[in-house]
Amino acid sequence: MEKFIGKSVKRREDARFLKGAGKYTDDIKLPKMTQSAFVRSPYAHAKILSVDISEAEKAEGVVAVFTAQDGCGEYGVPCGWQVDFKNGETMREPQHPLLAKEKIRHLGEAVAIVIAESLELARDAAELVEVEYEELPAVTDPKKAMEEGAPLVHDQWPDNAAFDWCIGNDRADVEAALATAHHVTEVEYHNQRLAPNAMEPRSYIADYDVNADKWTLYTSTQNPHLIRLLLCAFALGIPEHKVRVVSYDVGGGFGSKIYHYTEEALLTWASKEIGRPIKWTSDRSEAFLTDAHGRDHVVHSRMGFDKDGKIVAHLTDEFCGLGAYLSTFAPAVPTYLHGTLFQGVYTTPLIHLNVTAPFTHTVAVDAYRGAGRPEATYLLERIISKGAQEMNMDPTEIRLKNFIPPFDGVEQPGYQTQVALQYDSGNYHGVLKRGLEMLGYEDFRKEQKEARENGRLLGVGFSTYIEGCGIAPSAVVGALGARAGLYEVGQVRVQPTGKVSVYTGAHSHGQGHETVFAQFVADKLGIPMDDVEIEHGDTEQVAFGMGTYGSRSLAVGGSAIVKSIEKILEKGAKIAAHKLEAAEGDLEYAEGKWTVKGTDKSVSFGDVSLTAYVPHDYPEGLEPGLDFSSFYDPTNFTYPFGTHIAVVEVDPDTGKVDLKRFVACDDVGNVMNPMIVDGQIQGGVAQGVGQALLEEVVYDEGGQMITGSYMDYAMPRADDLPMIETDRTVTPCPHNPLGVKGAGEAGAIGSTPAVVNAVVDALAHLGVTDLQMPLTPQRVWKAMQN
Amino acid sequence: MIPSKFNYIKASSVSEAVNLLDEHGFDAKILSGGHSLIPAMKLRLNRPEVVIDIGGIPGLDVITEEGDAVVIGANCTHQQILNSQVIYKNVNILKQTAATIGDVQVRNKGTIGGSLAHADPSADYPATVLACDATIIVAGKNGSRNIAATDFFQGIFTTALEDDEIITAVRFPKIAHGNYHKFYQSASRFAVVGVAVVFDGSGVKVGITGVADTPYRATKVEEAYNGDSSAAEHAVDGVEVMSDHFADVEYRSHLAKVFVKKGLEA
Repeated sequence: MEKFIGKSVKRREDARFLKGAGKYTDDIKLPKMTQSAFVRSPYAHAKILSVDISEAEKAEGVVAVFTAQDGCGEYGVPCGWQVDFKNGETMREPQHPLLAKEKIRHLGEAVAIVIAESLELARDAAELVEVEYEELPAVTDPKKAMEEGAPLVHDQWPDNAAFDWCIGNDRADVEAALATAHHVTEVEYHNQRLAPNAMEPRSYIADYDVNADKWTLYTSTQNPHLIRLLLCAFALGIPEHKVRVVSYDVGGGFGSKIYHYTEEALLTWASKEIGRPIKWTSDRSEAFLTDAHGRDHVVHSRMGFDKDGKIVAHLTDEFCGLGAYLSTFAPAVPTYLHGTLFQGVYTTPLIHLNVTAPFTHTVAVDAYRGAGRPEATYLLERIISKGAQEMNMDPTEIRLKNFIPPFDGVEQPGYQTQVALQYDSGNYHGVLKRGLEMLGYEDFRKEQKEARENGRLLGVGFSTYIEGCGIAPSAVVGALGARAGLYEVGQVRVQPTGKVSVYTGAHSHGQGHETVFAQFVADKLGIPMDDVEIEHGDTEQVAFGMGTYGSRSLAVGGSAIVKSIEKILEKGAKIAAHKLEAAEGDLEYAEGKWTVKGTDKSVSFGDVSLTAYVPHDYPEGLEPGLDFSSFYDPTNFTYPFGTHIAVVEVDPDTGKVDLKRFVACDDVGNVMNPMIVDGQIQGGVAQGVGQALLEEVVYDEGGQMITGSYMDYAMPRADDLPMIETDRTVTPCPHNPLGVKGAGEAGAIGSTPAVVNAVVDALAHLGVTDLQMPLTPQRVWKAMQN
Repeated sequence: MIPSKFNYIKASSVSEAVNLLDEHGFDAKILSGGHSLIPAMKLRLNRPEVVIDIGGIPGLDVITEEGDAVVIGANCTHQQILNSQVIYKNVNILKQTAATIGDVQVRNKGTIGGSLAHADPSADYPATVLACDATIIVAGKNGSRNIAATDFFQGIFTTALEDDEIITAVRFPKIAHGNYHKFYQSASRFAVVGVAVVFDGSGVKVGITGVADTPYRATKVEEAYNGDSSAAEHAVDGVEVMSDHFADVEYRSHLAKVFVKKGLEA
């Protein structure tokens, strides 16, 4: 039987995608479906003085117009994570209304929804809604939001803080170590705000069936069950067993489609009001204004070294913007998904991170590919490289001096960090060594020296990152403030003919689950891949699930499926033993059949499957059927790591950065499909390079967005990137059955500081030590002039 | 991304288009390739009641050699210009310019007439028509007239076109030596700075786009030119330089000098 694990099996899903036959939410047309448009605030902060919908209601084709006065969703959409203040005060959690009632708190906040017979008529009528605003001063920068006298986002609290938080060793101990350190390196910067820019904008259809008294919500989400839970239990208070949430094909998420958005809840509510289905699909302008953004940390950090370059202490203060309301995962991102990575791959003995997380007059900030870990990695990898530069050390030498020694998590125990987590397994030397080979480091330094003599500015930058994913052990995250468990569900249903349907709570929106999951299921069962179908994205098909984010699908969702496969094989063995008239203990399972050890007597998986459903000659007391569902709750996070190396050339005339090479040697544990892992790494690197060189959401002082379209928001394009050279080492994860760690975010987490370090390296001889991202030609050129 | 309601009229001749424009006045917009108008309409920044499509008018999409000039129909796409042997042989600077515009999709639809009439201060063609001393040929209800490139651009999105006029063609003198250099805005790929340099005997003609709200001839450079690139220092003399998120006055001024220097040295 052909084996599939470890092979670059082509993606099954691509046939429909490449033919334009994917089934996205916006492709769905239901009978009697209406269309909708939102009336959105042109101000970041304003009082709503009046809303007049009379003209809109009279307009051609209008079915209904709703405002906050209509009593939609009095609870608002909830936040899924609670991080309380250091002094014990409860997190400040504002109501996030489905439509703004008295106040506008960010640009693009919805004031009314217009539902009409067509999208054109809905848009036209939306323009007839008259809203009178009184504009108020706004604050969009997280540090400024905490200054005395800053405009308040929520009037009921004395300042803009939602919470503050710290992690690590005692601050005084860290301060003391810094005071006596041989050398202290300091950085101050803004890890800038990014827009996620999934290719498919958010899209929803809510359909209330009055006869069945049931709702169906079609939604472009990464986690349909979670949306159903939040919608039913919090936003609308409707019965969960009467709501079906369906998420067929989704064109990218990068985190931005995890969250329960106001539009989802509002459409669901409004569908019952009008008794018809309602569709809303965001356009690109609305996506910039209303999709949750990423990053937005204002950072001040100091790292102390001894005379040999060993890190002795690391102290950081951050202001992390949350936006106007708390999005689903928002409080976790600058805290538990961030501070817990401050150990990096280094033996730093003393670490302290202090976070102040304010509200700002902006759209919410939440998890975006990497979620807190790219911000941690950027800081660690920048500051250690800057330390090396200041101490005249090679950036690889300083890393080697500080690396945690290799450990496999089996023979050697996991590594206990100063910031709560215990790493599972790692070999940080291995990825650096391989990365340097791929690069040809010594040759590069010679080339760089010659280039400098000719006035050319070449640089190399390193990032030896670690990240924590495969989220997450429920009890651990519960103790850290999560209001949900983070297990996953996998059901394996063997059909009577021996074909296998797998139902996973993980959701594929680009990852390739339909292929990869089928690969390992086929191997574990010893059957052809063609006999395995992966189903996901429909709460009425899949028992339950927590969805896909945090590089968790294979590590957590895959493990749940493996558990069910084990149950299938255990029960199958009982049936096989009965058919073979042998003892279960005498059987072995391989190549899709049970064989009596040492004989040629065997029975196939297909025969056993049929017997399970036609149980005429059957073990006594055994239930018919061959169908198991399992919940898998991981015992730890997983910790992929790697070395990313960027080579750049800077144009001395313009400051423009040319990324000439990008070398990525990653360790994501065992690899099911190398092609897909390469694709994940390359796509992630492209996004990381985007942050380093191009991307930034800019709000002006009044809270207007300067970068609200692709005319001004620079996305990385193919010609901005070299071929991304990938390779891997393999350090299996010791605590899940597949030995996998996850590859979805690693590229985005590791790559950004490598690029920035490379540009600083290119300009080091000109005295440049810091650059603010994105490294626009203007910024780089100005740094060169000073 | 849905425009307001509008009436669409496909004109079959220049005179029909001009008459329609005269009839509907400010309520009408001319549609050629649609790469400036349609996005603006989708964002409802532009809400014409009537859209007059000149895309199908016969004869407006041809490139012809006429003595010591090349005449390019207003509806010629950027890609057509890029592919044209006549332009390659006689006005290669224009081919270079077209090659920097947008991507393949944009170049396949966008037209030279549309770009010039739109007069985006960061568009590429204006630098080149200025440096080449091209002539914009327009038609209105009172017939046809020629507008010198140096008289055509009057401000941001503002040209010498009268309300009833459309561009029908652009006449370029044959240019033996010239070049176009551009510094791309990283998001839109429009020109932060675009510089067209035409060598003319011992002199030089320099057109600059992206730097001021109106593209201009860098006359101070032209006056100071003495065969080397030192005159590039005068690229923004007397010019009010634009500032935006990507390039402030200092940086944009610097880029203008760098790109004029490149052009003079090429």
